[in-house]
Amino acid sequence: MKIRLVDVAHARSGDKGDTANVGLIALKPEWYPVLEKYVTRDAVAKHFEGAIDGPVTRYELPNLNALNFLLHGALDGGGTLSLKTDAQGKVFSTALLRMSIDVPDAEAEAAGLPRVK
Amino acid sequence: MKEIVRVASGQGFWGDSLEAPRQQVEGGEVDYLMLDYLAEVTMSILQKQRERDPSMGYARDFVGAIESVLPAITQRGVKVIANAGGVNPPACAAAIRGLDGSSGLRIAVVTGDDLLGRLDELIDHGHSLANMETGEPLASIRERVLSANAYIGSVPIVEGLEKGANVVITGRSTDTALTMAPLRHEFGWKENEWDKLAAGIIAGHIIECGAQCSGGNCLYDWQNIPNMANVGYPIAEANPDGSFVITKHPGTGGRINVPSVSEQLVYEMGDPHEYITPDVVADFTSIRLEQDGTDRVRVFGIKGRPATDKLKVSIAYRSGFKAVGTLVYSWPDAVEKAQAADRILRERLDRLGLRFDQILTELVGVSATHGVLAPVNAESVNEVQLRIGVRGENRRDVERFTREIAPLVLNGPPSVTGFAGGRPKVEEIVAYWPALIDKSVVTTRVEIV
Repeated sequence: MKIRLVDVAHARSGDKGDTANVGLIALKPEWYPVLEKYVTRDAVAKHFEGAIDGPVTRYELPNLNALNFLLHGALDGGGTLSLKTDAQGKVFSTALLRMSIDVPDAEAEAAGLPRVK
Repeated sequence: MKEIVRVASGQGFWGDSLEAPRQQVEGGEVDYLMLDYLAEVTMSILQKQRERDPSMGYARDFVGAIESVLPAITQRGVKVIANAGGVNPPACAAAIRGLDGSSGLRIAVVTGDDLLGRLDELIDHGHSLANMETGEPLASIRERVLSANAYIGSVPIVEGLEKGANVVITGRSTDTALTMAPLRHEFGWKENEWDKLAAGIIAGHIIECGAQCSGGNCLYDWQNIPNMANVGYPIAEANPDGSFVITKHPGTGGRINVPSVSEQLVYEMGDPHEYITPDVVADFTSIRLEQDGTDRVRVFGIKGRPATDKLKVSIAYRSGFKAVGTLVYSWPDAVEKAQAADRILRERLDRLGLRFDQILTELVGVSATHGVLAPVNAESVNEVQLRIGVRGENRRDVERFTREIAPLVLNGPPSVTGFAGGRPKVEEIVAYWPALIDKSVVTTRVEIV
């Protein structure tokens, strides 16, 4: 079953130099394990292909039902150097929420994940 | 010892709400008002202001903020802690002293973070101040440096409070120390009580961006967050054991719940296992959150580890010039027209022999913020803003670029408008150079003025 992150998580992003960070937070605690399993570093790197220049790092915060992604080389140099509208990576959060993950039906139903409308 | 200490956040950055400081001290009981004015870019702006006028170089808004909360300080004993001093804390204190009714203020000024005048001596003594991201030594850009400040921690602020100050003004203090210091002072936390110090730092991280933890910029259920026009700024109600509650004054708008606090916790996060500060290394994976009634979130379980022997240094330096121009194209074929204009402009810049390190084109309304990730249904786009920016070392080339936008209105693709703003402005780029330095070479001073 295809699950859209925008239906199962919320997010906030910020910057550190040329790196954008996206904190992805499960809308319900019981959905966090699904995020941890399927929103992998590689999947996120693939999602942002062509939009960032560097690698992706992932950290887990099960205490906050959250994953933190660092998107390196995302901000055209970052800070004052950047020519981008989103020079400080404020809306990379919603760019990540555009992503979909494939979750086996039984697993999605067991976790009570919403189907794509 | 107090059982509860309330630290209220009244400013998340220089330019935040002018009303918030007063609302925070008048809306209910608070012990401390914490005002965070500094961002990486702010220091260099302040340095430029001080170059033009030696009595400037601090956050001017702070003077108005103090004026608006004077009765609370002098009559009710609220204390104010702010990094409003920027690159000139003594001048900031002098401006506060100049206010009518300031005789009841006991102002502590923290200095010693400013390393600009010591840079050559430090480099000569083997402190390379290498860029933390690239490893390049500072010497390679030394002559272009505008400001250099070490991020200092809670110790000098605690010292100011111990000396009886009711207003503490710092320069480049870390944002989080402004909240942790009063808790450390009130509860007598020792320098090796890592868990408690880390808890104070995390309380600071949650409230340092003002309303961004109390409903502002909150994506979770944003349509239903009540009364945002009168959004309440956050307050940390801390206990001696390091646990605390994030809340806001009754009757204010916004919302404080586990999702709103979680969003702020992950904001600008790096490696959550080690949030490094001058006082302690805090572990964000230890934080526990729990709803504790309406607009109250309890935060507990926080772990910390010993601080490192380094301080981070924020260095600002001149790094070329940039300019951004925009034009708006309308239906039909809005996207195609904007793309054609972009191609034509780039060809003209090329023919003129202009050199840039970067030319960036965005179509605002189509793909500016999500780039290639955003699906485009070109036919349905009614209008699009073409936004083109250039960056380069040569001011003349950037200046020449700004003269090439307007002509497109008459000599480029059709259905174009939105040039009322005039020619783009050339901006000097002040870039940021993060470095580390040994703690032992930075000595802070605290003076009561």
